[in-house]
Amino acid sequence: MTAPLVIFFVLAALALFGAVSLILQKHPIHSALSLIVVMVALAGLYLLMGAEFVAAVQIIVYGGAIMVLFVFVIMLLNAGVEEHTSISKLAGVPGLALVVALAGFVAATVAKSGAGVQAASQTGALSSTRGISEMVFKDFVYPFELTSFLILVAILGATVLAQREKS
Amino acid sequence: MSFLSANAELLITIVKIALLLFIVLTVNAYLTWFERKVVAHIQSRWGPHRVGPHGLLQPLADGLKFLFKEDPTPAGVDKFVYYLAPLLALALALTSIAIIPFGPEPLHLFGHDIYLGIAPLNLNIGILALFAITSLGVYGVALAGWSSNSKYPLLGGLRSSAQMVSYELALTMSVVGVLLMAGTFNLRDIINAQAPVPGHRDLGMLSWNVWPQIVGFFCFFTAAVAETNRVPFDLPEAESELVAGFHTEYASFKFAMFFIAEYTSMITVSCLCAIMFFGGWLSPFPASWTFTHYIPSLILIPGGLWVIWDGLRYETTFGRIVLPGIGTVLVALGALFVVLPAVNDFIQGPFWLLSKILVFLFVYVWMRGTLPRFRYDQLMAFGWKLLLPVSIVNVILTSFVILMWGKK
Repeated sequence: MTAPLVIFFVLAALALFGAVSLILQKHPIHSALSLIVVMVALAGLYLLMGAEFVAAVQIIVYGGAIMVLFVFVIMLLNAGVEEHTSISKLAGVPGLALVVALAGFVAATVAKSGAGVQAASQTGALSSTRGISEMVFKDFVYPFELTSFLILVAILGATVLAQREKS
Repeated sequence: MSFLSANAELLITIVKIALLLFIVLTVNAYLTWFERKVVAHIQSRWGPHRVGPHGLLQPLADGLKFLFKEDPTPAGVDKFVYYLAPLLALALALTSIAIIPFGPEPLHLFGHDIYLGIAPLNLNIGILALFAITSLGVYGVALAGWSSNSKYPLLGGLRSSAQMVSYELALTMSVVGVLLMAGTFNLRDIINAQAPVPGHRDLGMLSWNVWPQIVGFFCFFTAAVAETNRVPFDLPEAESELVAGFHTEYASFKFAMFFIAEYTSMITVSCLCAIMFFGGWLSPFPASWTFTHYIPSLILIPGGLWVIWDGLRYETTFGRIVLPGIGTVLVALGALFVVLPAVNDFIQGPFWLLSKILVFLFVYVWMRGTLPRFRYDQLMAFGWKLLLPVSIVNVILTSFVILMWGKK
């Protein structure tokens, strides 16, 4: 096994471990921490593929900004340990079937591609900051601007909701 | 031997990591000494003076004390997170130093070009990687506050998460001006972009980013001080209100880990200020002023002589032996740089970078000795209503100027 492949498996295992732990943990903070592990492991995978910019942004935006907000809110509300309810049968049986189906689809796709598990190296436009900027600010500038408009609407909504009613 | 030569790059990196860790931790220790001395003199006191000559062994005594103190774990803490938090804080603070390049020229040793700094030369996301690591740094503080199961740490943790998230925005926005001027995220290229352009007049330090980006610099430094939780932004550990804030329930070496993390962040921020705004390892003088190459020796030799003179009339015998010894080493180093021009040329870059870092560290301590602490609402208003808008205006103005008149 080559070094990148070893690193790939370590990071992939870490991401899977984080994802499973996210669901199984009883305390919201532990779940949030598991999610951070997933985010950072994913960033490592991006880095392995040569997509440096995406990796950095993944950590800055998801690991550093969004998850901090999660942790902050959990701390602020002082949320306690969750009580686990018994799993509803309605969700249990079709859930299991869906898991099996999904695993089958993924396995079939991997088997069909025939290339085996490899860390693909990303050398296209997505790997460099310049390539990404040109894509976002030239080719897809209208969808990009529309998205920012959507975010603006969300910010306005949040401000209206957060405003105290004038007595 | 074949294993050694096949994995030379790996080995060199491991040695570099060990060396940098040693240097950073030693500098950390003496930074506490430096801070206590400077603050003491600002307040007309002597500062540490008992352990070793001029208190020089105080950091060692403090370190031993941290190691041997009882390490109690308070009842009711969330054990995993309680132990994770200081580890996370220290590991992230130390990792961020790895991104910093310390010198322009490689050292030729054993047939390899060894560059000063751990990150690869073509780390194209340099500054972004640094921001990524520091943006995770908030977890150390927030989780320490939460997991301690105590009021004051929780309040400290909450304050500090809010503060670090708020100031991170201004911190990132304030360097965008520099990035626009340099056109790259790579720290080496950012420094080289501040060098005088060949064929133009060599203006020395006038070509540094700090002049066109003076607004960006003040925003950056202010936000960076807030990010490192230092005075006047040390609300997370405001002792008059929160006992010791987020690390109230930590003792012994776990507390020391937070302490080291804070001081390491100070060093990182000082490195960044020097690199982004003050030309990194570039000399402040035009390249044609060759006599300025002797400035390291001009500082080391008289400084060493002064230490010898001061040491010979020190009150303890130990001091009368150690201080002249240190002075002799300094004089010898200065003489070495004069005698060996190759060595002298090599240390120019690191010398200027380290001098600039030292100046910023002094400013940090100076502020601690001078400024009172912000009130919490003032802190938030300052970050969101002043720092962030000003840095955004700075970005817009810089882009406008570059668009209209091009880069220099």
